[in-house]
Amino acid sequence: MADSSNTQTQGSSRFGRYLIYTLLGLVCLYYLMPLFIMLSTSLKTLDDIRTGSLVSLPAHVTFQPWLDAWSKACIGVRCEGMSVYFWNSFRFVVPAVLISTLAGAFNGYVLTLWRFRGSDIFFSALMIGCFIPFQVILLPMARTLGELGIFNTISGLIFVHVVYGVSFTTLFFRNYYVTIPDELVKAARIDGAGFLRIFWRIILPISTPIVVVSIIWQFTQIWNDFLFGVVFSSGDHQPVTVALNNLVNTSTGVIGYNVDMAAAIIAALPTLFIYIVAGKYFVRGLTAGSVKG
Amino acid sequence: MLASPPSAVDDTVRKPCRLSLSDRIETWLPKIILAPTFVVTLLFIYGFILWTGCLSFTTSRMLPNYEFAGLSQYHALFANERWWVALKNLALFGGLFIAGCLAIGLSLAILLDQKIRGEGFIRSVYLYPMALSFVVTGTAWKWMLNPGLGIEKLVRDFGFHNFTFDWLTNSELSIYTVVIAGVWQSSGFIMAMFLAGLRGVDDSIIKAAQVDGASLPVIYWRIIIPSLRPVFFSAFMILSHIAIKSFDLVMALTGGGPGFSSDTPATFMYTFSFTRNQIGMGAASAMMMLMIVAAVVVPFLYSELRSSRRG
Repeated sequence: MADSSNTQTQGSSRFGRYLIYTLLGLVCLYYLMPLFIMLSTSLKTLDDIRTGSLVSLPAHVTFQPWLDAWSKACIGVRCEGMSVYFWNSFRFVVPAVLISTLAGAFNGYVLTLWRFRGSDIFFSALMIGCFIPFQVILLPMARTLGELGIFNTISGLIFVHVVYGVSFTTLFFRNYYVTIPDELVKAARIDGAGFLRIFWRIILPISTPIVVVSIIWQFTQIWNDFLFGVVFSSGDHQPVTVALNNLVNTSTGVIGYNVDMAAAIIAALPTLFIYIVAGKYFVRGLTAGSVKG
Repeated sequence: MLASPPSAVDDTVRKPCRLSLSDRIETWLPKIILAPTFVVTLLFIYGFILWTGCLSFTTSRMLPNYEFAGLSQYHALFANERWWVALKNLALFGGLFIAGCLAIGLSLAILLDQKIRGEGFIRSVYLYPMALSFVVTGTAWKWMLNPGLGIEKLVRDFGFHNFTFDWLTNSELSIYTVVIAGVWQSSGFIMAMFLAGLRGVDDSIIKAAQVDGASLPVIYWRIIIPSLRPVFFSAFMILSHIAIKSFDLVMALTGGGPGFSSDTPATFMYTFSFTRNQIGMGAASAMMMLMIVAAVVVPFLYSELRSSRRG
């Protein structure tokens, strides 16, 4: 933006640049430090942790904490590690992401290109779902899931995440489709194309970017969710975030900090992976749907 | 609220002759597609808010009952010391968390906006914590802030033997550890918002100011930062929203402890509703959370809808 080199002398400007780079570099270290400490701790033996320092590299690299975290660590009464819960998370996250994205695409399509009387009011009413603190629906939802017979099941978690994710996916798609000119749809209608045909043949093919944003956003949100997981599931059906919390806060026996850290990285891996391969879309989703927090 | 469906059939499509069945399905299809979301929203958002509201006026304890109790749950709530601790923590955490994220986010955005080589990489580094779950963040910081083996030990090993950093186990200070971890996680995201805002500032205004002899700090302070008002506004909304809903981070980092010294309204609601069998009071606290969110978010929602409405 502001090109300062014209107004400042060469020397002070160069010093300023060094200062800026140094500052930015230090801040990079600050953000990376917890990840580095987690990783290095997870590769240390407990003795190494006690004698070494927080930021030191492992004296002897050991992968035992990772193996323990994955398949042996005790979570609650079960000592089978994080693997069960890791797959649990996948089992409800993937369907919930796909269903909520598809529903959001259809909703956004109707709310922009097939608007009817009251559709704008409906959209506003739906948006409130992005803003409510979920505490306000927990008690009735627990009861309802019980009545439906899906409390503490994978289906129950899919249901909850779809219900409260649709507001966001609809918002994404609606804001994306708003930029499509009406004439495109009008022309297709004159040519005799119907509602579904226009959607499959015209709208969906140009929706790739927003589909990716929606999938990444929903995946990150649902994978990282803790509240719904801890309230609506228990025992073997818990998601990985709840299992991690239980593992870390188990106060019996020797605290295996190395196993805790390995487990934390395991819980973070899928979303970190997505961030690394599709960071651009991740940021777009954040700015578009960041109200959820 | 949908308009009464039968009369809302698009008049331009209706022909004088009778519509074939497929045409009729066609005109109804958009509404049929929207219907599930409509029902779900009505029941599971608005219906459930009402339901929770009703529960908050009852004597429900372990099981919900519908014995009307007036405002007694709210009286009990505000007579409860723990609720006041939660509110005080929300104010403390919220204020510091928001101020910290805004200050760090804006500073980093300005620094990054100086034609930095490797900007993309640096930005990704600042932003990656947002991909993590608050539970993971809590776990990591819980380990680092651990008085026995964490940062305290690190500094002592450097030779400062009297250094203490036991905030995690100190009931006066435990809420500040939540601030530390929260700012670490969210400040990069606020940086990204400010950076996008800075990129949108009109260059010609800045050029004009430079011609007039204004120095760079003055340009930033007087022209650029004031023009970022909308970004401040939405960042504030997002951060206050995160703060009010803060549950996972507190649970993972301090568990609300020591004692209940780092409770927030979200953990209070969870504890009373699901572990202490005080459903009525849990519902009352949930309704109070809704009101706090409404007080912050309604102005934002209002302006957002007004500006994003098409046409």
